[in-house]
Amino acid sequence: MPTATRFIGKPLKRKEDPRLIRGLAHYADDIQLAGMHHVGIVRSPHAHALIKSVDASKARAAGAVAVLTGADLAGVLGPVPCAAQIPDMKVAMRSPLATDRVRFVGEPVAVVVAADRYALRDALELVEVEYEPLAPVLDPAKAMAKGAPLLYPECNDNIAYRWELEGGPVKKAFQQADRVIKQRLINQRLIPVAMEPRGVVADYSPGAQQLTVWSSTQIPHLLRTQIAIMLGVPEYTVRVVTPEVGGGFGSKLNVYAEEALVAHLAMRLGKPMKWTETRRENFQATIHGRDQIQDVEVAVRRDGTILGLRCRILADLGAYYQLLTPLIPTLTALMICGCYKIPAVRVEITGVFTNKMATDAYRGAGRPEATYLIERVVDLVAAELKKDPVAIRRKNFPQPKEFPYATPTGLIYDSANYQKSLELVLRRSNYKKLRAEQARLRKQGRYIGIGLSTYVEICGMGPSSAMPAGGWESATVRIEPTGKVSVLTGSSPHGQGQETTFAQIAAEMLGLAPEDVFVLHGDTAAVPYGIGTFGSRATAVGGTAVYKALEKVRHKLAQIAGHLLGEDPRKLTFRDRKICVRSNAAKAVSFSEAVGAAYVAKTLPAGMEPGLEATTFFEPSNFTYPFGAHLCVVEVDAETGEVHLLKYYAVDDCGNVINPLLVDGQVHGGIVQSVGQALLEEAVYDENGQLITGELTDYAIPRAGDVPRMDVSRTVTPSPVNPLGVKGVGEAGTIAATPAIVNAVVDALAPFGVRHVDLPVKRERIWRLLRRSRRGK
Amino acid sequence: MGVEIQMRVNGKAYQHRLEPRLLLVHYLRDVLGLTGTHIGCETSICGACTVLLNGRAVKSCTLLAVQADGADITTIEGLAAANGGGLHPVQEGFWEKHGLQCGFCTPGMILAAVHLLERNPNPTEPEIRCAISGNLCRCTGYQHIVDAVQYAARKMKSRKR
Repeated sequence: MPTATRFIGKPLKRKEDPRLIRGLAHYADDIQLAGMHHVGIVRSPHAHALIKSVDASKARAAGAVAVLTGADLAGVLGPVPCAAQIPDMKVAMRSPLATDRVRFVGEPVAVVVAADRYALRDALELVEVEYEPLAPVLDPAKAMAKGAPLLYPECNDNIAYRWELEGGPVKKAFQQADRVIKQRLINQRLIPVAMEPRGVVADYSPGAQQLTVWSSTQIPHLLRTQIAIMLGVPEYTVRVVTPEVGGGFGSKLNVYAEEALVAHLAMRLGKPMKWTETRRENFQATIHGRDQIQDVEVAVRRDGTILGLRCRILADLGAYYQLLTPLIPTLTALMICGCYKIPAVRVEITGVFTNKMATDAYRGAGRPEATYLIERVVDLVAAELKKDPVAIRRKNFPQPKEFPYATPTGLIYDSANYQKSLELVLRRSNYKKLRAEQARLRKQGRYIGIGLSTYVEICGMGPSSAMPAGGWESATVRIEPTGKVSVLTGSSPHGQGQETTFAQIAAEMLGLAPEDVFVLHGDTAAVPYGIGTFGSRATAVGGTAVYKALEKVRHKLAQIAGHLLGEDPRKLTFRDRKICVRSNAAKAVSFSEAVGAAYVAKTLPAGMEPGLEATTFFEPSNFTYPFGAHLCVVEVDAETGEVHLLKYYAVDDCGNVINPLLVDGQVHGGIVQSVGQALLEEAVYDENGQLITGELTDYAIPRAGDVPRMDVSRTVTPSPVNPLGVKGVGEAGTIAATPAIVNAVVDALAPFGVRHVDLPVKRERIWRLLRRSRRGK
Repeated sequence: MGVEIQMRVNGKAYQHRLEPRLLLVHYLRDVLGLTGTHIGCETSICGACTVLLNGRAVKSCTLLAVQADGADITTIEGLAAANGGGLHPVQEGFWEKHGLQCGFCTPGMILAAVHLLERNPNPTEPEIRCAISGNLCRCTGYQHIVDAVQYAARKMKSRKR
C-alpha cells in the first residue's frame, strides 16, 4: 500500500447515507408487491409441551387464506440447519413447524396467511392449539442432573456435548503455584435487539421457476443454499436479495424457520408472501447471545506471574441448534488466555439443552465471554496479591518481538503491541491523577472506580479449515465501458459502510475518485458466492478479495495502456483518471481510453482477452487479532447502588484503517452494547419458562442519556495476514468494554470488601451487596 | 364501514375511509406508501416510528390514523422538501458526522432532533441526549448522533443570520 494516500485512511462521508437520511431505502417490510399476502406464525405459549391438536377452522372461517401445521409440512420442508460440528454432539434439529412437541416459548406451531396485516392478526388469534404441558427444564445445572425432565426422550440426558481443550503443563502449574484463586463468573443471556426486526418477502414465478426471497440477513448466499436444500429445489431456482438490513449483530447470521416457511408459501400458494417479526417475536424466537456459567481457577506466583488457568464452562444452548449454536462456546476456550503469556490452560465445556430459545452468535460470539473471564481474573489476581492491576497486566504481556505468538490453545496471534496500547490509555486518561482523585474522594465518602480491560480478540473469520461453511470471501471488479467501476462483493454489510470503504480502496488503486465506483452486495443473482458479513470479516477478508481483484484488473489495464503508449507497463502509474508514466506524467492515456480499448478490442496486445473483469476468491491464511486497552471510570452511589459512567477511554488497534470515521463508529457502538451487558440487560425466563423480559419495556438497552462521551484513539499495528494490513473492528468494542466497566465497579466497592459483582451490575445487586457488607461490619 | 378522515402529509392532501383501529404508522407506510417511517417495536419505546404531527414529534405507532384527522404531518420523506428542497441541516449533520450506520432508527432520530432544535436552538449535550432518549439506536452508541445534532444547531443558527 502506498504511504501517501488520497482516500485510504481518510474520514470520507458514506455513500450509503443519502438514501438512508431521506427515508428512501427499502428494508424487508418496505417491500410491496402486487397481490402480496401476509404471513403470521402461531407460536407455543408453553416452554415444554406435547401438541395434541391444531384446529384452524375458526381462522379459516374468519378469512385466513391458508393455515399450515407441522403435519402439513412433514416430508415437504427439511429441518432448520446447523452448520457446526462438535465431535459426539447430540442431534437437536427442528422442523420449521413443530409436529408433536414444542420446546421453547415462541416455537412456531402453525403458519397463517391472510390478505392484509389486520385480518392476519385476527386470524392468528383464532387458531386453536391443544397442548399437554410438560415440566420445563430451565436451570442448566439442574438440566444436567439425573432425573431431570428430558427435552429429547430418545437421549439419556440433556447434555448436548462435552468438549475440552488443554495446552501446556496444567497439573505442574497448579502444583507450583504460590496461590490459586477461584471465581464463578456468570455471562448472562442477552437479546441482540437489532433495531429492525426480521422480515422475509418471497415471490415465485412458476413460468420461469424462479423463487425470489428478500430476507433481512447477513448471509445471502448461505441462506440461498439452505433454502434450496430445505425446500428440496435446485439451487438455481432460488435468488436471495438482501434489502437494506437494519442491524444484525450476529442475530441475522442464521437460517431461520420463517425464511423457509415464507419461501414455501410463495411457491405453494402462487402469491407473493411477506412476514415481519413483531418485537415480541424477535425477543422470543430470534437467537439469544452469551449464557455461560464459568468456574475458573488461576494459578499464580506471588510476584504476579500467571502460571496456569483451569476453567469449566456450562453453556446454556437453549432447546435446539440454530446455525452455529454449539460452536460459540468453543471460541471462548480458544481465546481464554487473552493477551497474556499463560503457559498452561485447560477448558472443559458442557453444552446443555434447556427449554429456551437457541443461543448463537451475538456480537463477539464467544469472545466477550473469554475477555470478561480473563480480565476479571487479572483484577482478582491483583486484588489478592495487593498489586496494581496495571502491573499484573504488564508482567504477563508477551513482548512485541514474540509475535506471531503461539498460544497454548493452538492459535497464532498475528501481530501486537499490548504495552503500547496500555501505555496510551493510561496517558490519555491521566491514570495517576485518576488514582489520586479516587483516594481523595474516598475520604469524602464518594466511591469512584477505575477499571481496565486489555484485550485481544480473534476475527477476520477465517481460514476455511476452521470455519463450518468456508471462510473465504469473493469479489468481482468490473470496469464498465464508460470507465466507471462496479465492485461486486460477497460481503453483506448491514451498517458497516463497505459501499464506502471498498470504493475508497478501488479509487485509490485505480487513480479514480470514490464517486466513480459502485459497490453492489446482497443479490445472489448479481454478485459471486460469498460467505457474508459477521465475525468482523467484511474488510479484512472481503476487502482483501476486492483488493486482489483490483490488482488483476489494474495489471490488465496497465498492459493495455503500455501497449497504447509504447511503454513498459511496470513504469506506469494510475492517477487523476489517467494512466501515465511514473517519471513523466505528460506521457499518459486517459483511464476511459484504456478501458474503451478493452471493450472495442481493436488495439489490444496480441493474445489478450477483451473485457475488464476479474474475480477473486480470497482464502485467509489466519484469523486476525485486534487488540487494545480500555479504561472506565465510574462512581457508585453507596446509598442506592446506582452506577454512573463518568469517563470512558478506548484505545483500539485494528491494524490499518481505511476510514477512521467508520472505525470510530464501530468502536462507539460496540462499547455501548457492552454498557448494556454490564449494567442493564438480561434475558430472563421465569420458572415456567416464560420469557418475562419479553419487550423493550422490560429489557433495557442503552439510551443516549445512559452513556458518556467516549474518548477513542488508536495504535496501528498492521496485520501480516492480508495485504491491506486490516484486522477488523466490528466486535472489538463489545469484547473489550464489559470487563472494563465491571472492573471499575468492583474497584469502586473495594472499601466495602466487595471482590466481585455478577452481570448485569444492576442497582439492586450492588445495594444488596452493600447492605450485606454493612451488616457484616 | 370505517371513518372518513383527511390530513396533509408532506404538504399533500389525502382523504381516506379507514378502519378505526388502523395505526397511523400503518396508514403512512401501507396506505400512502411512505415507508421511510419504521416500526421497531410495539410498545412505543424505540422511536423508529417518530413523525412530526402539527410540528410536534409523536410516535406514530401509538396513534390511530383517525386521531390524526385534520393534522399536518411531516415524515422523513418530506423533511428535505419542507426545508426548501435541499437536505435539512439535521439530515446534513447526520451525513457529515456519521450519525447513522444501519439507518433503521435514523428517520425517527432525525425528526426527534428537528423537534428539539426548533424549540431549543442551543441545546447542551445533556439536553440533546435527553431529547433523543425516546429513540433507541443499537449501532452508533449515540456519540456521532450527538455530534450530528450539534452540527445542525450550528448550521441552523448561521442560516438565521
